[in-house]
Amino acid sequence: MVVISDIVVQGGQMLLVLLLAPLLTGFVRKIKARLVRRQGASVFQPYRDLLRLLRKEVVLAENASWLFRVTPYVTFAAIWVAAALVPTFATGLLFNWTADLIAIVALLGSARFFLALAGMDIGTSFGGIGSSREVMIAALAEPAMLLVFFCIALVAGSTQLSTVANFMASSYVGLRVSLGMAVIALIMVALAENARIPIDNPTTHLELTMVHEAMVLEYSGRHLAMIEFGAFLKLLLYISLIACVFLPWKIALFGAGPLAYAVGAGAYVVKLAAAGFFLALFETATAKMRVFRIPQFLGAALMLGLLGTLLLFVSRSF
Amino acid sequence: MSPVVLQMSCVAGLLGIAVLAIILSGRKTATTTIYCATAAVSCVALFGSVRFLVGDAANASGLILPIGLPWLGAHFRLDALASFFLLVVNLGGASASLYGLGYGHHDPAPQRVLPFFPAFLAGMNLVVLADDAFSYLLCWEFMSLASWALVMAHHREPGNAKAGYVYLVMASFGTLALLLAFGLLAGPTGDYGFAAIRAAPHTPYVATLVLILMLFGAGSKAGLVPLHVWLPLAHPAAPSHVSALMSGVMTKVAIYGFIRVIFDLLGQPIWPESVVVLFLGGITAVMGILYALMEKDLKRLLAYSTIENIGVIFASLGLALAFQANGQKLAAALAFTAALFHVLNHSFFKSLLFFGAGAVLTATGERDMDKLGGLIHRMPFTSFVVLVGCVAISALPPFNGFVSEWLMFQAVLQSPELPQWALKIMVPAVGALLALAAALAAACFVKAFGVTFLGRPRSPAAETAHEVDRYSLSAMSILAALCLLAGILPGLVIDALAPITIDILGGRMPVQANEAWLSIAPIAESRSSYNGLLVMLFITISASISVFVIHRFASHAVRRGPAWGCGFSDPTPAAQYSAASFAQPIRRVFGTSVFRASDHVDMPAPGDVRPARLRIELHDLVWEGLYRPIAGAVGFSSDRLNRLQFLTIRRYLSLVFATLVTLLLVLAIWS
Repeated sequence: MVVISDIVVQGGQMLLVLLLAPLLTGFVRKIKARLVRRQGASVFQPYRDLLRLLRKEVVLAENASWLFRVTPYVTFAAIWVAAALVPTFATGLLFNWTADLIAIVALLGSARFFLALAGMDIGTSFGGIGSSREVMIAALAEPAMLLVFFCIALVAGSTQLSTVANFMASSYVGLRVSLGMAVIALIMVALAENARIPIDNPTTHLELTMVHEAMVLEYSGRHLAMIEFGAFLKLLLYISLIACVFLPWKIALFGAGPLAYAVGAGAYVVKLAAAGFFLALFETATAKMRVFRIPQFLGAALMLGLLGTLLLFVSRSF
Repeated sequence: MSPVVLQMSCVAGLLGIAVLAIILSGRKTATTTIYCATAAVSCVALFGSVRFLVGDAANASGLILPIGLPWLGAHFRLDALASFFLLVVNLGGASASLYGLGYGHHDPAPQRVLPFFPAFLAGMNLVVLADDAFSYLLCWEFMSLASWALVMAHHREPGNAKAGYVYLVMASFGTLALLLAFGLLAGPTGDYGFAAIRAAPHTPYVATLVLILMLFGAGSKAGLVPLHVWLPLAHPAAPSHVSALMSGVMTKVAIYGFIRVIFDLLGQPIWPESVVVLFLGGITAVMGILYALMEKDLKRLLAYSTIENIGVIFASLGLALAFQANGQKLAAALAFTAALFHVLNHSFFKSLLFFGAGAVLTATGERDMDKLGGLIHRMPFTSFVVLVGCVAISALPPFNGFVSEWLMFQAVLQSPELPQWALKIMVPAVGALLALAAALAAACFVKAFGVTFLGRPRSPAAETAHEVDRYSLSAMSILAALCLLAGILPGLVIDALAPITIDILGGRMPVQANEAWLSIAPIAESRSSYNGLLVMLFITISASISVFVIHRFASHAVRRGPAWGCGFSDPTPAAQYSAASFAQPIRRVFGTSVFRASDHVDMPAPGDVRPARLRIELHDLVWEGLYRPIAGAVGFSSDRLNRLQFLTIRRYLSLVFATLVTLLLVLAIWS
């Protein structure tokens, strides 16, 4: 019985993230449009986009290799597995012991590794420029994220995300300087990793200013659908991650009843909507920065993460 | 036959093969015979060391041969630590021999490689087995000289003579440091047996000096920054299977020497030692991978990446020292296991990648990445196994590189308990450096694989390349399979390493075999756990689900067309992103300070038809700031001293007399 409910919770969360991810992106786009007084497309537009892409034929470049064709699936699978390990509405996932925070960073790293390779596969300059900039951003964002996770792990005494979420939700953690630094750093990293303004512009149509979009420029049809879906999922993953660690409000604890799960799910949707709203607000209010300002932005995230970790090394009470 | 006798007979066998190679030199069958024999003997030695490590690792067995110093003899001993490193050496030896069966036939002068190849392997085996300072140094020199001969195998190629010269100088310098270290360890009584050194007490003063000397001696062989300069010159100069041995295995033998002396012979460490090792390890890791990112020669890139991995290993050894000095046995065992695991992993994937570079070299005759490209179409199998190696070395799950990085980060997370302030500040900083190095390594191998194997061919040689022979492919596939196996079954490796940590540190990690579903939990499951097998299964299942759903419900149509060029397609493959242009963003971020990198654009005036040029200026500050002044000083003083060669006999005699008098005076004042 317990096992069955565990499987239901785990499976439910895996399906929930799949269902909600396009909606979240649609919601962010809608808010952004409304903020600049446009009508904007429906919040369900991303679903329609995905279906449209699935129905279209794939146009492959003449010299595309097998790596180019498997990458969309590998990338999507790696992000989905990572997303399945992040608690959304309830802690205590069945497979939380399979991979911890460090492994989640590495899984997202795998997705990016293959995507960057696929960008180089065709041999055009756009793919190259996208890949080379993407790995530059990753080279700074990934260590920053690891340091943030060190910080969280030292506070919670565990690198397992489910245990961390349980700890943050159940005991009185209080306001801590180190966690404050960690959350700022993690938000900066999340902006960079999801190719949002001010790092990258998800809606740009000028190839030279794109990073992520330039890398996947050659993709079309169902392959592009998988990559877009992976990107939607990644945004949801980062928001869930920030929410479950820093805002564990109403999250259902391990073994709680169905009512708690329902409350948790409701609270989760509210958190997603709030995060989406603030993301849209922030993106409307800032401009994209030059590519070579990005290292300073991410360097600040790295230093914040390091400072938070250092404070915890000095004293556990920070 | 006792295990140590078995290992020593294998060494004798390897030396015999070296002699046989001299006898057979010039015959057509020599290459096949020698590599077959070496592979067979290495397999026997590998089997012996594995059986010892998992069987009766607690019973070290020794052997004394009546050679060497007359009052000492030559001591050899096989214990858990030695058997692990023998495993690394002989696995590398066996796979390199298998690879050599195919690759060796392309060698223009096999008689320059064949005798030294088994001798080099024998030397590495002997260093690991040696149990007294005298035989250790002798075997170390034998190993260095054999590898030097292999570096000089293609001595007429430009640059190789310089590589051999720099290597020889650095190797002699390293041996000098080792000689002094053992002299200090043996003390005034001069007992060179390792058992006697282990039993004798060592003052902190001696321990610190020995540490510094070992960092010079073993560090110069392993490639610690700033002693790394010979490595990217010499490793690529050798034939590729020898490069694999030098990079994947010989650097590990140097690490063995460091562990043997610092952890085993010196006894209980003191914490300031660990600060030095941590600092050097962190710096080496980041510098090594930054050098690799700037490189466009495939084999040199791999050699620089070896420096990074050596830094990672030294950093976790430094952590182990810090924990051990504070009596935290469990955490020390964790950091030490992470270091040994990384030793094993690096020997797998670095050998694999060097074999891959050798395959590319065979197929195209090129090492310059800017003349390659598109090989994934022409060498599908090689590119697949090299991709596995690239994923593994970039520390991505579910492969083995990730497991050792993961263990290392777990060890870093144990360190707030350390009482010393210097370590409290140092460890998170080194953790950040290691994280940075791991992320840069992924960038570096995207570049290496992307520029070499993907895109459009940049030269006719790359366009007409063919897949390499079956022996090379099977050697690479075995190593790729090992990378995956060690990644999904890490618990087995950790348990096999337990006898070593018990031997050296007196503690061990919890038994991993009892964990559910073969996961690993270094401290306790509630703190952290990882399961490579399930991660692989999950990725496979979710990828299969998405493939199934897509192919069931989505359109199947595929059309091939020209790549999207924004209205202006690149006219030539040379316009693709090259190695240098791929590294440009990272060069601008890190290179401007680390390498004082600068780009110079030479733009012709309007109407001028000569091409525009971009010149990238990089400065190797270690070479320019440290080695060039030393070389200048040596040159200057030898010029000055040159006059002493042309004196009359009378002056020589008076010089001798003056020296004698000075020395006697010093002696008289001293005592």
